[in-house]
Amino acid sequence: MKKTTPAAKVGQNQGVQGKTKNLFGGLSKDLLLQIHELMVKSRILEERLIKIYRAGESFFWIGGPGEEAWGVPLGLLPRKGRGIEYDFFHLHYRCTPTMVALGMPMIEATRLMMNRSTDISTGGRNFSGHYCFPQWNVAPVTSPIEVQYPIACGTAHAQKRAKAKAISIVSGGDAGTAEGDFASCLVWASRRGQELPLLITVQNNRWGISTSYQGQHGEESIANRAKAFEIRARVVDGNDPIESYIAIREELDYIRRTGKPSFIEASVSRLYGHSSASGANFEKGDFDCVREFEMKLLKAGVLTDSRVKELWRQYEAEGVAAADQAR
Amino acid sequence: MAMGIAMAGDRCVAEIQFCDYIFNTIDLLKIAGNTLWVTHGNYSLPMVVMTPVGSGIHGSVYHSHSFDAWASRLAGWKIVMPATPLDAYGLMLSAIEDPNPVLFLKPKALMRVRGDQLIPGEPSDEKTLKSMIDAPIGDRRQWVPRWPDLEAYHVPIGKGQITRKGDQVTVVSYGRMLLVCQEAADQLKTEGFSIEVVDLRSIYPYDWGLIRESVMKTGRVLFVNEDTEVTNFGEHLAYRVVQECFYHLLARPQVLAGQNVPGIGLHPNLEDASIPQKKDIENAIRALMAEVP
Repeated sequence: MKKTTPAAKVGQNQGVQGKTKNLFGGLSKDLLLQIHELMVKSRILEERLIKIYRAGESFFWIGGPGEEAWGVPLGLLPRKGRGIEYDFFHLHYRCTPTMVALGMPMIEATRLMMNRSTDISTGGRNFSGHYCFPQWNVAPVTSPIEVQYPIACGTAHAQKRAKAKAISIVSGGDAGTAEGDFASCLVWASRRGQELPLLITVQNNRWGISTSYQGQHGEESIANRAKAFEIRARVVDGNDPIESYIAIREELDYIRRTGKPSFIEASVSRLYGHSSASGANFEKGDFDCVREFEMKLLKAGVLTDSRVKELWRQYEAEGVAAADQAR
Repeated sequence: MAMGIAMAGDRCVAEIQFCDYIFNTIDLLKIAGNTLWVTHGNYSLPMVVMTPVGSGIHGSVYHSHSFDAWASRLAGWKIVMPATPLDAYGLMLSAIEDPNPVLFLKPKALMRVRGDQLIPGEPSDEKTLKSMIDAPIGDRRQWVPRWPDLEAYHVPIGKGQITRKGDQVTVVSYGRMLLVCQEAADQLKTEGFSIEVVDLRSIYPYDWGLIRESVMKTGRVLFVNEDTEVTNFGEHLAYRVVQECFYHLLARPQVLAGQNVPGIGLHPNLEDASIPQKKDIENAIRALMAEVP
């Protein structure tokens, strides 16, 4: 039985018409508004978590503000559900946008941030961003980077055996690709005749804590390493939600059709630094995908000022209420 | 890979061909052990990792080391280490059915040692068995094994057993060293010593009740294994004996373990000097018996 997500259905509707059509890749107005809303919600949530840290109500913050344009489509497009017939997510600790797009309420991220026993991901045991939602096949996020890559090969292997046309999706950062686990994933995913239904993604924010991408990588793009394993690979602008959405949709379709792996490297911003350990201060020079997408939608008349104000007000209030509730 | 398979609801037995190479996976071993706990019970990982351990085949630096002391520090894992084929079979079935990750340490030097007890369904004639499951030398492309029709047999994880009864000294061991301890006990028995040998079989959870009961009876205990001696698992057991049986002891608890050297050297002299030998065990038992409270 073919399963489609609500977002995919919205995306199949008639796109934005007229001269703005090409700006938005033919995506429908409803979908554009949905993506924008989730990006705003995710940004406000992360900024609320940082405020909770600054108020001394949490020990540590790490998250993904700046990755909304990539992370939201990643949460909208897969088959969401529990069990081997649904897609598996092997995320890292900058994937709040994906979790918000999957449907995670703000209170869950807040409880995790404030290490409450009611935190459903870890029961107060682990840091922010370390989500675990078995009801949506979200595997536990780990602090060691990149270990999720070979683990994802395992769920993909089980999905292949079950012939469910389900996919495992793994995400991580550019710095972690220096680890052996990343190479192991490329090997296991691409064995000839035993290829795995795996969407391998790397969110390249060009930093590994304080190590720059330029100082660590000799390859032109990380995607080129996947090509060496005959894995279909591309680089996308992860600051553009339209490009991200279309690329993820195409690659999920390809994997479901062929059973073979695919690779996307997404260029993204790291808007608040590595974590609270580096201050969690806004990086003014970096591209802000939420504001830029918002401006684009406003300019095209897809979005109105009043809706923008209402969205930011509404989610600020939800964030404040979540913090109050978690206290 | 195995962790993902377990996450998806399947079960598998993964193998690391020698425990000396297991350190490549140390991140994953820690994560596998903590997953059920750190996810608030959301994900269990029913998986088995088996790996050959220990010396005895002149395997040099990377095919001879032990892992039981390291393994005992992998919280969240169950650790088993059989000394006989029947226990290996029974522990493996229990490990596969267990909802937790289980590390199955198999003493490589015992992998061709026939046990006294047959696995249920195992042909009693060794030649018959070999003809069924041993691949021929040379071209084996057309060859397929004929596995005997075995019956299920389980050894509960966490349960040890007494393999020699005695009342003067308790010797606790597991794996290949268990067999050497038994030989030493049999030898000393001819001289009038009464030695109780405990095969722990599981390193975690371990059968503390069995150890305690035996030590309370004998008042003297020796822990024997071939892992290196500093921060050795036997030290933990000796410490617990001191804490819980102190006023019943007739001698200081002893640990006989491998030398604290970086590897097991290839030359037989190097290997023999690194690993407890039968004579060392006999001497340790004699010393225990000679100690006067």
